[in-house]
Amino acid sequence: MWAGFEYFKPATLKEACLLLAKYKSEATVFAGGTDLLVSMRTGGTKPRYLIDIKAIPELSRIKYENEQLTIGAAVTINALAQSDVIGKKFDIITEATKVFASVQIRNRATIGGNLCRASPSSDMVPPLLVLDAMLTAISDKGERDIPIKDFFIGPERTSLEQGEMLKEIRVPTPPQNMGATFLKVRRTGVDLAVVNVAVAVELSENKFKDVKISLGAVAPTPMRALKAEALLKGEACTDENIERAAEMASSETSPITDVRSTAEYRREVSRVLVKRALKNAIQKVGGR
Amino acid sequence: MEIKTTVNGRLYKLDIPPNWSLAYVLRKKLGLIGIKLGCETGECGSCTVLLNGEPVNSCLVLGVEADGKEILTIEGLSKNGELHPLQKAFIEHGAVQCGFCTPGMILSAKALLDKNPNPTEQEIREALAGNLCRCTGYVKPVKAILSVRK
Repeated sequence: MWAGFEYFKPATLKEACLLLAKYKSEATVFAGGTDLLVSMRTGGTKPRYLIDIKAIPELSRIKYENEQLTIGAAVTINALAQSDVIGKKFDIITEATKVFASVQIRNRATIGGNLCRASPSSDMVPPLLVLDAMLTAISDKGERDIPIKDFFIGPERTSLEQGEMLKEIRVPTPPQNMGATFLKVRRTGVDLAVVNVAVAVELSENKFKDVKISLGAVAPTPMRALKAEALLKGEACTDENIERAAEMASSETSPITDVRSTAEYRREVSRVLVKRALKNAIQKVGGR
Repeated sequence: MEIKTTVNGRLYKLDIPPNWSLAYVLRKKLGLIGIKLGCETGECGSCTVLLNGEPVNSCLVLGVEADGKEILTIEGLSKNGELHPLQKAFIEHGAVQCGFCTPGMILSAKALLDKNPNPTEQEIREALAGNLCRCTGYVKPVKAILSVRK
């Protein structure tokens, strides 16, 4: 049993936005509840108004049109895992869903909740970072786009403003010659990441035409390793270059020591995972 | 709030406060105490029920969210006094020690077999990953589930 709250289940986006505008900081968007309801039980979160967004049709839809994937904020992790189009064209997202918590949690947790919770160790964020996803926020005043790289401003903090909620995530189809992969190290089967890494490489004649490297659980927010990316762009796909980039990526992290791991271990695992992910991604696209 | 929900094949009209979890509603209102409350934070899986056929932790679902949905609990598995094949297999393989995790494990297994009647051992282990046993382990439950594959 939780502390008392009022429960709303709006059927339209407009209704949800009006409720958010009306109750301001006392309102909380409720999607899968796998973090929120835990935090309401053990973490002292006490919303007065819960706004359940799962009855809003467009928020539970996965759409693929004009080479663009659109995922509604209330789509569950298991719905992503089971989507054919995501498996075919965005398999790095599928890879992340497979190592995301337990079946029970995946049936409830949503992509929007995972993003808005802004946990540094989120499994869904690094793949969306290397795929250059665009997020749409909505409020009673209208919509605005936020590139995913600008969405996270600190642990559990996003650039959403009061009265705004996440509406959808849009992902452009990766080019044919792009390979992307997601890797995660964790203590046990269903744990959060000690480190996770997403990599996307675009090759041209065995050179890196473009590279994106993202890491989770090693900085206050999920991060891009921009210096490591710069090292590789235009360079040949050699083991030495990959090794150098992996070391650079590791040096760009700023991990902490906590219950899951030490900072030192996280730094070392970052290096190893980036190297492995780069090699996997290259293999996927048929390089070397 | 008033909700209508089908539990183990029967339609119920219930009047419940929004701050009750589904686990609490099913235990307190319908006496379905096969749903165990362990961690109540979505870690242990002992409160697993099938919501529209999918396993969820009923401690992390609001009771009001069950409105219009179908729920299956361990109490709904047997038919005409005869145990479900999974229940029989758990008994035959000694896959039960204290029994606290058993209802959740069996429901997770049922959801898996409904979708994939012939899973590999690895797929069974992944399906049970959200159901923790603190007595002894997973070898016998996995063997029990393997034995009812089609």
